[in-house]
Amino acid sequence: MVPPTPSSRSPLPGGSAKRPRGSRQTWPDRLFLGLVGTAGVSVLFLALALVGVLYDAATPSVRAFGPNFLVGYTWNPAAGVYGDLPFVAGTLLTGAIAVLIAVPLALGASIFLTTQAPFWMRRPVGTAIELLAAVPSVIYGFWGIFVLVPLMRYTVEPVLRIYLGWTGLFGGTPIGTDVLTASVILAVMIVPTITAVSRDTLSAVPAAQKEAALSLGATDWEATRYAMIPYARAGIVGAIILGLGRAIGETMAVTMTIGNIDKVPVSLFSQGQTIASLIANELLNETGPLQYAAILEAGLVLLAISLVVNVAARLLVWKVLRVSGGIIE
Amino acid sequence: MIFDRDSRRKAFSHAITVLGGLSVLVVLIPLASVLYTAAVRGGAVLLNPAFYTAGNPLPCSSISCQTVGIGPDIEGTAILLGLSGAISTAVGVSAAIFASEYRTYGLGRAISFTADVLTGVPSIIMGVFIYSFFVLYDPTLAFSATTGTLALSILMIPIVVRTTEEALHTVPNSLREAALALGMPKWRTTVRVVLATAFPGILTGILLAMMRAAGEAAPLLLTGFGSRLFFQGMNVPIAALPLLIYNYAESGSPNFLKVAWGATLLLMILVLTANVLSRLSIQRMVRRMGGR
Repeated sequence: MVPPTPSSRSPLPGGSAKRPRGSRQTWPDRLFLGLVGTAGVSVLFLALALVGVLYDAATPSVRAFGPNFLVGYTWNPAAGVYGDLPFVAGTLLTGAIAVLIAVPLALGASIFLTTQAPFWMRRPVGTAIELLAAVPSVIYGFWGIFVLVPLMRYTVEPVLRIYLGWTGLFGGTPIGTDVLTASVILAVMIVPTITAVSRDTLSAVPAAQKEAALSLGATDWEATRYAMIPYARAGIVGAIILGLGRAIGETMAVTMTIGNIDKVPVSLFSQGQTIASLIANELLNETGPLQYAAILEAGLVLLAISLVVNVAARLLVWKVLRVSGGIIE
Repeated sequence: MIFDRDSRRKAFSHAITVLGGLSVLVVLIPLASVLYTAAVRGGAVLLNPAFYTAGNPLPCSSISCQTVGIGPDIEGTAILLGLSGAISTAVGVSAAIFASEYRTYGLGRAISFTADVLTGVPSIIMGVFIYSFFVLYDPTLAFSATTGTLALSILMIPIVVRTTEEALHTVPNSLREAALALGMPKWRTTVRVVLATAFPGILTGILLAMMRAAGEAAPLLLTGFGSRLFFQGMNVPIAALPLLIYNYAESGSPNFLKVAWGATLLLMILVLTANVLSRLSIQRMVRRMGGR
């Protein structure tokens, strides 16, 4: 029971001096703080609830299979045997190929846009590339079915099979809806992320770095290669991992183009399944409580992978941008 | 010899420039292709005013199939975005204020970091979270406008928190100090001075978050579920544009595909326009504040 302090409403300018120490907040102040504080804490609570609810729903599968779930390569609802390796393999494989395709293009584009391009084209072209990231995943999937899949099936994949078939990576009949096509779509989707972030880190490199190299007689490329890229390296690596993180969790475009077969892919022309596409395809068609729990456990694995990847990427990017007094923080 | 080596170095440098320019072109091909395909296959449909208000078509296989509209899906997406936009604005902006204006409570860094990590969580996981929560506590509500709204809200909240925080950081401290020195209480300073100054940036962030949610099919697949009907209440499944595209994409029925391409073009126009507009407004704001 705190007695009301009359002085807090005193019209006299010196009135606040009589208030007891530490109670300078009036009731609207406390109410406002209570409201925003509740919202702030609820964000923290949301993260905890996310993990808690998923773990709770996955418990039957965790109990039934233990660590075998993580390394089991059989997913057979008819036999009640569940292992997540086909989907972890599909997720990491498509993510890795997408990064392999996207990185040279994104780095080429970001270096061109920060060091070579005429000034009038830097901003509009940069914006156009970033717009690629705004296109909804389901639209990439729809476009994939009607444009990319036929292109891959009748043109790209037969050619790859003829010239690179000996590597064993391109075995089997080209179908079009397979791991390679899904990876290409993912590459399209992560190029803008990698380009934008590495562009930010490259333009955060002090101009003196490049000018010093140029004044020593380096060509434009040498100055970029030896004076700018080493300086921005952590940020570029962070950008690539950020792109990987985006590829790993992408659902609709992959679901529509990967073929949806619950097996470990044996070649890039194999149909496969990622964890995200497994959830989209099977969570609502589960045959029983154990399959439901197993899908949820696969979801937990996806959450864990994407958390590790995202935290790593953010730490790297933050480090570079903060050092140079840049955009974030 | 030395002259030779130098010209080789220069040629190499030029070659890299050309390669960089080429990679920009290659990167932009998919965007052009998506826009072109959607415009060619869905453009004609958009010209018919009934397309925006009529109900979904019935399945059919003959050539005389009627193309009908996407009224329920436009309505459903508008309802979902309106509700989840309101929820995520209230929660997200408040949380950002707590994290960046009330640092003395020591939770600011934890909230920013959590929000940042949450923006990286795959959207389908957000759907799984809401779905499995309701399966546990009230399965009858699992597929409904309510759960769809919740899933989109928690997808948007972290984005709103991060963009609002960044907008608040651009407000100079001298403004806060001036307001406090004039005797304004902290809450009024925050609302009338800090929020008002950061308003354009916050609005941009909310708009971008809503545009991201507008195109999300994955979380809605497990919550809002989709419907052929106009809005029937918060406790039953609700229609949405991205779900319509997903459901019709593999149908094979010509009129379904035509409608899906129309919906695709409409969604593309909406999302790309909003993105370009918000980017322009950011640029104007940065220029007004003296650039960075």
